[in-house]
Amino acid sequence: MGEPQEIIPIEKSDLVGVVAQLSAEGYRLVQIGCSTLESAYELNYSFDKEYRFKNLRITVTPGEEVPSISAVYPNAFLYENEIHDLFGVVVRNINIDYGGTLYRTAIKTPFSTENVKLPEPPKQKAEAPSQPTDKPKHQGEIPGVQRD
Amino acid sequence: MAHKNVIPFGPQHPVLPEPIHFDLVTEDERIVDAIPSISYVHRGLERLIEKRDFIDFVHVADRICGLCSFMHAMGYSQAVEEIMGIEVPERALYLRTIWAELSRIHSHIFWLGVAADAFGFESLFMQSLRLREVVLDIFEATTGARVILGVCKVGGVRRDIDAATLKGIVDRLASLKKDLEELSPVFIDDYSIRHRLVGVGYISQQDAYTLGCVGPMARASGLAMDMRTLGYAAYKYLDVEPMVETTGDCYARCLVRIREMFHSMDLIRQAVGKIPEGPVDLKVKGAPNGEYFSRVEQPRGEVIHYAKGNGSRFLQRFRVRVPTFSNIPAMIKVLKGSEVADVPNIILTLDPCISCTER
Repeated sequence: MGEPQEIIPIEKSDLVGVVAQLSAEGYRLVQIGCSTLESAYELNYSFDKEYRFKNLRITVTPGEEVPSISAVYPNAFLYENEIHDLFGVVVRNINIDYGGTLYRTAIKTPFSTENVKLPEPPKQKAEAPSQPTDKPKHQGEIPGVQRD
Repeated sequence: MAHKNVIPFGPQHPVLPEPIHFDLVTEDERIVDAIPSISYVHRGLERLIEKRDFIDFVHVADRICGLCSFMHAMGYSQAVEEIMGIEVPERALYLRTIWAELSRIHSHIFWLGVAADAFGFESLFMQSLRLREVVLDIFEATTGARVILGVCKVGGVRRDIDAATLKGIVDRLASLKKDLEELSPVFIDDYSIRHRLVGVGYISQQDAYTLGCVGPMARASGLAMDMRTLGYAAYKYLDVEPMVETTGDCYARCLVRIREMFHSMDLIRQAVGKIPEGPVDLKVKGAPNGEYFSRVEQPRGEVIHYAKGNGSRFLQRFRVRVPTFSNIPAMIKVLKGSEVADVPNIILTLDPCISCTER
């Protein structure tokens, strides 16, 4: 099986402090990814140190601002600009802010909650009580179709 | 103080095989700032996950990039398999490793050719691409395709390779190794090439780490970081050794790729010697419910395939963080302070893949 992975949900207000702590411990920033939820965004901050993979997770609502971590990890600016341009999440104080011009997309914020329709989870099959039938069912019989 | 000029570089440029643009702010011949622009051909492939069944989506993952085609399919499949707890048959893991290492060899030979072309070495470019054909022929013989292999699937691989063909691959690679041993000294020892690469585009080990460098770019700066040591696919059974150089310049990045080609041939030889008999795939039942970050070492470095599902046939989210995207901040750092004439070499030795970046 694959490597063990840790996902730690944290509060938005704790983000920069926890990230600074990871930086001090020698973790590198692997990526920042964003996922669209029903009416929110989930941001995953991935870090690695000697192949130990750790993720911090914050959840924000549309229109809510997120602090930049580019003061701690200078390479975060690309991910943060990407999240802004594709999802419409506003990231405050990015060290290099493209102001919405990193991605030239045909529609604005194509990955935002307004544009993404999430798949429905599978419906749970309700267990129907077994009822005795008068007539045995024939193999290959199609419900609703009468045969001669 | 010299007057500042902005020189546009790309998206079309003789040494750039793919579209990326830089605004190079210069003072005289020295670059003081570099502002990259991407997204000329952004395809939004990640959102296709909403319209494709998770089993079929592997064909989309296959098409993220031509050079790393197989590894994208493998990374995506691994992510789904981890979520679903699928134990892929051992033989399939070995076959994946063999095709992945062949992909690395042909990507690095292609890089050597493109680099030679940028140096003005036309004949070296042709020699390199002639040798690359050997790998493409092996792809064609084993998968039926030369670029987009389409052979990886969730739960295993679509094709098996018989013992005689596996032996044939090792023999052909032995012959290719001899040819590459003749070719590589030109890249290593030629005066003109050394003059263009040695001491150019230096990035320190500390900068490589803090700026998120991956792949040959990180290893050329002394970081022994290679995702294959995680032991995915059949790498856990093979002797994987990260190829590390310490000088951190363009020349070191060239040396790392040359050494990796030979190492990949050795890994294939090991894999062929150890591959077990057995099935190459298994039937996948159900749908993924959970999430996983799959990490794979592509020719350009660590790639992340993130998949998240809620139990339906369509995933909620698929994300790819490609190595080139991770290397761009370091690219900017290296360009600052360099000479305008060195820009093509610096960008080339980072081996940017914009097709991956514009997934």
